Amino acid sequence: MTAVAAARSPRMNARTWDRVLIYGSAILLALWVLVPFYLIFLSAFSRPNDVFTYPKPLLPTDLSTETMQTFLNSTGVFASVINSIAVAVLTIVISLAFGAPAGYALARFTFRGRQAVQLVILASKMFPVAILSIPLAVAFLRLGLYDNVLGIALVHSAMALPFVVLVTAGVFAGVSNELEEAAMTLGCSRLTAFLRVALPLALPGLAAAAIFTFVISWNEVFASSILTLRQRTLPALVLFALQQSPLYFKFAGGFFMVMPAIVFIFFMRRYLLNLWGGR
Amino acid sequence: MRRSSMRALAAATFAIFITACATTGTSGGGAVASPTGNDTGKDFAFQSTQFSPVPEQEAMRQQILKNWKGVGVEFITDQEAVIINNITAEAKAGGTGRIGIIGLENGQFSSIVAGNYLQDLSKVTDRNKDKKINADMLTLGKFGGSQQLYIPWMQQTYFLVANKQALQYLPSGADVNALTYDQLIAWAKNIFDKTGQKRFGWPVGTNGLIHRLLQGYWYPSYTGGLVTTFKSPEAVTMWNKIKELWQYSNPQSTTYAFMQEPLQSGEVWVAMDHGARLINVLKAKPDDFIAVPAPAGPKGRYYMSVVIGLGIPKTTPNQGGAEKLIDYLLQPDTQITTFRTNSFFPVIDAQMPADLDKGLKLEADAVAKQSSAKDGKVVPLPVGLGSQGGPFNTAILNTFQRIVVKGEDPSTVLNEQAKIINDLLNTAQAKCWGPDGTSTSTCQVK
Amino acid sequence: MWARTEEILPYALLLPSLVFLALLILIPMVQALLLAIQADSGEFTTAYLQRMAVDVNFNDAWRNTLLLIVLIVPLQIVLALAMALLVNSRFKGHQWFLYVYAIPLAISDLAAGILWLAVFTERGYLNTAAQGLGIVDQAKVYLSFENFGGLVAAIVIAESWRATAIVMVILVAGLQLIPRDFFEAADLFGANRLRRTLYVVLPLLRPSLQSALIIRTIFAFQTFAVVLALAGRNMPVIAAEAYSWYANNRDAHLAASYALLLLGLTIVFTFVYLRVLGLREAEVKR
Repeated sequence: MTAVAAARSPRMNARTWDRVLIYGSAILLALWVLVPFYLIFLSAFSRPNDVFTYPKPLLPTDLSTETMQTFLNSTGVFASVINSIAVAVLTIVISLAFGAPAGYALARFTFRGRQAVQLVILASKMFPVAILSIPLAVAFLRLGLYDNVLGIALVHSAMALPFVVLVTAGVFAGVSNELEEAAMTLGCSRLTAFLRVALPLALPGLAAAAIFTFVISWNEVFASSILTLRQRTLPALVLFALQQSPLYFKFAGGFFMVMPAIVFIFFMRRYLLNLWGGR
Repeated sequence: MRRSSMRALAAATFAIFITACATTGTSGGGAVASPTGNDTGKDFAFQSTQFSPVPEQEAMRQQILKNWKGVGVEFITDQEAVIINNITAEAKAGGTGRIGIIGLENGQFSSIVAGNYLQDLSKVTDRNKDKKINADMLTLGKFGGSQQLYIPWMQQTYFLVANKQALQYLPSGADVNALTYDQLIAWAKNIFDKTGQKRFGWPVGTNGLIHRLLQGYWYPSYTGGLVTTFKSPEAVTMWNKIKELWQYSNPQSTTYAFMQEPLQSGEVWVAMDHGARLINVLKAKPDDFIAVPAPAGPKGRYYMSVVIGLGIPKTTPNQGGAEKLIDYLLQPDTQITTFRTNSFFPVIDAQMPADLDKGLKLEADAVAKQSSAKDGKVVPLPVGLGSQGGPFNTAILNTFQRIVVKGEDPSTVLNEQAKIINDLLNTAQAKCWGPDGTSTSTCQVK
Repeated sequence: MWARTEEILPYALLLPSLVFLALLILIPMVQALLLAIQADSGEFTTAYLQRMAVDVNFNDAWRNTLLLIVLIVPLQIVLALAMALLVNSRFKGHQWFLYVYAIPLAISDLAAGILWLAVFTERGYLNTAAQGLGIVDQAKVYLSFENFGGLVAAIVIAESWRATAIVMVILVAGLQLIPRDFFEAADLFGANRLRRTLYVVLPLLRPSLQSALIIRTIFAFQTFAVVLALAGRNMPVIAAEAYSWYANNRDAHLAASYALLLLGLTIVFTFVYLRVLGLREAEVKR
């Protein structure tokens, strides 16, 4: 669309043309992402019975925090947000601690059984978690991990681990091995060469792995609801209930579920960009 | 269950609206004496499939449990599968768990009962005798044995709600309070002919309860049975009627779970559903909607009674505390509060207050008319299916999906689905129930 | 000594992950999979797989699953690549666009289902907008059981919105690792944007594309909340059937059979990706 508009003006030089094309498509894509969020926002902040009106209001002319307040004052919402954050942070730590070394090994070394290991790691992700939960719940009860933040974090870590390994393997594969080898010939041990050379270069990728992990953990419902009872994470507390709640509650809950994750991604964005050496 | 006793249930179920209630039915605690436990002073969780909508959960915690003086009780709602998994996992792990008490629909207890995970509550029934708990519901809670595995907590039914805009299209001569299914079809057709809109709605979405409407309403009303008459000529007639109505039904019905939502948005004008899934639209717009009894078919005006029971798992951390909670939930005041806030009806002989909310009044009147209708007949949710309860619902759902949605030939589908139903009834060794009368051997499609 | 450490090192680095996965996922998974081929008595049987094969929804389930994956995954890769390349061109303000594009990462499939139903339902946002602009004169029903194409289109749109971000993030991270010289060198030779993308960027981006494809496909096989929200029972997919047999029908054997099918199909797809886009050893050592 922008291309057509720009082509009609022959005097526009190539640079401007380029600009319009880039900004035009960037903005179009941004609208595609943002408009649905705007709609959740509108619905979450309309009066309870207004969500049923038709035609629906498309402009924020009559906002109300009534539904949102009822939702936030519901029992357990605050505690479950704390639980969700604790679980997500623990999950990031555990899965990176286990996964990043494995990813490094897959990227750097050729060894017997490498492909088999890759497949095993991937295969563990190919099975619906809901169906694993009963054997896990029994084991966790015996180990005292049932209804426990650490217990859910362990399961979430196991769910996220294959991705962390895959992503970090890709990341380390992209970090030149020659730099590391050069550092080693200059007297660094493999560990210091890794810490000083490979790790800093790999950080953006590791940050990406952390984002995935957070998202997987934040949105996971099945394991969290079966492995907890009172120490609920937010999705386990509200998501099934939301499906069965009045429409206005669905939107309030949906909106609230999205907010903390948006904030988290905001911080990761800064982190990513600082490491790019971009502005 | 014998037909006459089902009539008794019909009378007793909503007797609160008609006359005096039946008396407590159990003949004492039975042969097995159940020990009443001590209150260990431990807090516990109360897990239930009911009250899952957030506002209902809040009403449970803040209003229904308001005068509870015992140990800390945490009310948690979950899907059936999650609760069954939790109870099973706690039982398998041994010792005491975290769940003190569960509140489920009659049918949802079946696999927990099959696993033998529940305490006998006969003693608790005895000490609540003066409350006159509905006798037939107590019998349901025994699952054919001598132990009282759950105690009735509250009840609901399904009925019909219509937007007042639709009333002008009622076929002539039809009494909206005593509809027949033929008139319902004519009504939906008339709306379509006059407005070009398909405004009847079905709860056929993933969380919808269409299978209950078939099991407790359409099938018995047309065939006088459910299992035994599954592929009878009357059943074929019924399916053709449903197909006819489906033509005038909103084609988005396959996304509907709670009919109150499309009713309130105006996508649907006429719909049948579970009372708890209709009450919001009645409360929000009591002047724009009416609630009326379910329609009648050739065999009568069948309707379904939904019983929610309270059970205590053997792994409960505080048996005495959980038993006291049952006593509390059965008190007349608590039962009335439960009706006011969450619209489930009492199971005891309780006096209905006069100052009801307009929407609740609509609901209560519709239910009273339904249970006092001359041709009214009540059936329970499927009984005795154990772990086959879910597959049975699926078999009924698939029959609907194939005949109505996909348009396959009714007799072919009925023959094929009948085999599946017979297999699972054999697995469950279930006797006939409700609309099919009683049987000495396993219930089978004829 | 040094050589010996080098030999053991990869295994030592991998061991914690493998033990962790074995305990939490692989052992329970094997236990669950056995349910598909083993009766309660312990005998091996194909009875459950046969029952699955004649199940009412079986044929629709695998067809719909494959159809949705074939439609959704490539669309997501193209969209994500466009977003990633735009961000990587580092125009002024690109950081904000990266952030915006990454936001859907935060939304769960259950929430996305709720949202898109509000858009596509008869009295929803789409009809409000279409009627407001005069495109339709009466609210249309998009999610009708009679309109399979409409259901598929709605699901593809909703899923492309929800799950493109994860692909985008992997590709942006991958692009960061391509030295700027490559872009500049290509500019110097007068390669235009399209040719530069096709011949310079894409080959270098292959490892990231492979990761993105595999991750996205595995996820796509397992998500079903959006499908259920928009199409109800009219669009059975394998993951939903597995869950439904497990949760609604309490039949672990059939649920495990569907899970086995899911596993099998996912392995086939992954194998193809690894083969077609596979890293050769030389590239690993690059």
